[in-house]
Amino acid sequence: MAEPGRVLVLGATSAMAQACARLWAGRGASLLLVGRNPDRLEAVAADLRVRGAARVETLAADLAPLEGQGALLDQAWARLGAPDVVLLAQGLLADSDACEASAELTARVLQLDFTATALLAQEAALRLARRGAGTVVAISSVAGDRGRQSNYAYGAAKGGLSLFLEGLRNRMFRQGVRILTVKPGFVDSPMTAHLRRNALFASPETVGRAVVRAVDRGRDRIYVPGFWLPVMLVVRHVPGWIWKRLRL
Amino acid sequence: MTPESWGRIPRLRPAAVVPLHWAEPAALAGRAAPILAHGLGRSYGDACLNEGGTLLLTRGLDRFLALDEAAGTLTCEAGVSLAEILTLVVPRGWFLPVVPGTQHVTVGGAIANDVHGKNHHRAGTFGGQVRWLELLRSTGEVLRCSPDGNRELFAATVGGLGLTGLVLRAGLSLRRIATTRVAAESLPLRDLSEFFAGSAESDQRFEYTVAWIDCLASGARLGRGILHRGNHAAGPGPLAWRSGSRLSVPFELPFSPLGRLTLGAFNALYHAAHRGAGARAVEARGFFFPLDGVARWNRIYGRAGFFQFQCQVPPPAAPEALRALLATIARSGQGSFLAVLKNFGAAPSPGLLSFPREGTTLALDFPDRGERTARLFRELHAVVADHRGRIYSAKDAHMSPAQFAAQHREALPAFRAQVDPAFSSSLWRRVTGG
Ligand SMILES: Cc1cc2nc3c(=O)[nH]c(=O)nc-3n(C[C@H](O)[C@H](O)[C@H](O)COP(=O)(O)OP(=O)(O)OC[C@H]3O[C@@H](n4cnc5c(N)ncnc54)[C@H](O)[C@@H]3O)c2cc1C
Ligand SMILES: NC(=O)c1ccc[n+]([C@@H]2O[C@H](COP(=O)([O-])OP(=O)(O)OC[C@H]3O[C@@H](n4cnc5c(N)ncnc54)[C@H](OP(=O)(O)O)[C@@H]3O)[C@@H](O)[C@H]2O)c1
Repeated sequence: MAEPGRVLVLGATSAMAQACARLWAGRGASLLLVGRNPDRLEAVAADLRVRGAARVETLAADLAPLEGQGALLDQAWARLGAPDVVLLAQGLLADSDACEASAELTARVLQLDFTATALLAQEAALRLARRGAGTVVAISSVAGDRGRQSNYAYGAAKGGLSLFLEGLRNRMFRQGVRILTVKPGFVDSPMTAHLRRNALFASPETVGRAVVRAVDRGRDRIYVPGFWLPVMLVVRHVPGWIWKRLRL
Repeated sequence: MTPESWGRIPRLRPAAVVPLHWAEPAALAGRAAPILAHGLGRSYGDACLNEGGTLLLTRGLDRFLALDEAAGTLTCEAGVSLAEILTLVVPRGWFLPVVPGTQHVTVGGAIANDVHGKNHHRAGTFGGQVRWLELLRSTGEVLRCSPDGNRELFAATVGGLGLTGLVLRAGLSLRRIATTRVAAESLPLRDLSEFFAGSAESDQRFEYTVAWIDCLASGARLGRGILHRGNHAAGPGPLAWRSGSRLSVPFELPFSPLGRLTLGAFNALYHAAHRGAGARAVEARGFFFPLDGVARWNRIYGRAGFFQFQCQVPPPAAPEALRALLATIARSGQGSFLAVLKNFGAAPSPGLLSFPREGTTLALDFPDRGERTARLFRELHAVVADHRGRIYSAKDAHMSPAQFAAQHREALPAFRAQVDPAFSSSLWRRVTGG
């Protein structure tokens, strides 16, 4: 989408989503922003308008419920027109201590990060297939490449999402719809505000540039920053009997 | 990483560091006092530090909200940097009416120190370009302040050292430019009297004037330097902005190479100016922000860190005071080799505690050499006090409570009445003895 196009952003208040949206806005794109907090959406929209977006609208919605997703996307299609890009950036991170203390929290993580996001990706892809063009971008995570003790619920949801997207990509290949899976490592955003910063942290802007470039080039899957690709290649090959003994 | 000020000393640890992402009332909810905002940390001493308190990092408040090209105004959140503003507006033919010597400061920081630029004699301070600001108080109240509404709070917040609350958003005036070229001239100054004569004449014809003074020169050559002056060039010409730097200092050096490097460069410039090679068209970026060419240059001073001294002295006493200050610095052999000298204009500043006031301002760096440096600062501050001068809080780590009380005597009671009781800074506690 080097030309100004139409972008639907779900989870538009996320730091990474904003970084992507700023770059698309700078190219003169039209955007529809979906998220749960109307005041925050309005601040993001104002910023994107100043940065050059042709048109920016907002739509307040909770993305966790599984019912009503089709209707939400229909509404988005009606307001924006058929998008060239649909970005799914919403996410909920909770560590294993918190999840083990609350089954309800575990369920919320699994529902938002896997079920709800997977369904939205599917519904969006089916709508794009009608026109035979467009890209669905979903932000998964390196955390989904291997189950770890520190956040296995989140990791499982992201791992399931990555797998779902791979299958969806395969299914959509002959329909002209692209599916881009983004696997960031640690990113400096509100989601990780409680973690100590170290040299592995990337900025949301780094992710934004990588995502926009990957969409332009029609990539299937990216690790950001790129060094996570070889790192995860090694990580995925650590034998299970060793893996279970590690404190990660 | 613990947030630092630009001089990297004093090293003062806050109890909590909180990155803010949204300019909303909840930003202050549940924060433990004392609270202080921290922008890009371009203040030198302890103005942006809060030992044992809560430091709110404002860089995540980085959204533009409106650009009105008909009115020439920009609305943005307080963590937006001047570099980001220039990157947005310069290609459209706009510039900021007042910029300090670096573009890497936030709007909130520029307001809190009511910063000045090389055009103070024409344009006044940054606060004068603020149409309105939105202030979040620790009560959760958001107040819109301007020269017309909530006037007292506006006057206390501009130049208010971050003590009246958290600035969330501001509306700023822009000015037109035809090109990023600046028609610049350099004038050699043989001594201090040539600075005063040259400034008086240049301030009539040039929007921007500032002098670099050779601090090693003494005796008859005391005040030897170069006066830089310039105007935005008439168009047509390029309108491009690049905010990044090509070079960066990746880590701290164990010693300071600055002195020797700049001495040669300065002499070359000085002699070039004498040969009349002084008039030329230069790019605005290098003219306004010469030090931004090297990112994180503060690491050049090494582990020990450095201080900046910046004072202002009122007109009648200025020549005598500057002679005394420069002589003290030359004798000490401690200063950076270059000092910056500029005459402020007569326009009153909008902030109760704003630093700029009619007179002459002198600024230079000092690597920290412990007690020797502390003693020198006491001597310099004594000269300033003798001449009823002021010390710039944004650059300070040495001012005594007596000096602070004296230089803001008239305004302090009105200022204190507007301070948010949950806000404080290491600077404020040091200079008010509280
Ligand atoms: C190379 C260089 C050149 C400079 N040249 C000049 C110059 O020519 N003229 C000049 O006047 N100054 C100059 N300065 C100083 C600099 O402009 C000021 O210190 C400025 O205030 C720094 O802004 P900052 O965003 O880094 O704020 P910080 O240093 O992080 O904070 C400064 C103050 O602003 C307050 N603050 C920040 N954000 C907010 C907010 N949102 N709400 C309320 N309070 C807030 C902080 O609490 C603190 O009191 C220079 C500094 C450098 C490093
Ligand atoms: N940060 C990392 O290190 C990292 C690493 C790998 C992958 N990721 C993934 O990257 C994506 C973006 O995260 P980020 O780092 O940019 O963090 P972020 O800024 O905290 O973004 C998370 C976003 O999810 C939204 N959200 C949460 N629950 C929602 C719900 N029920 N309905 C609608 N929106 C909801 C939040 O909206 P509100 O503003 O309303 O809260 C917020 O905008 C997430 O999918 C995350 O899992 C993050």
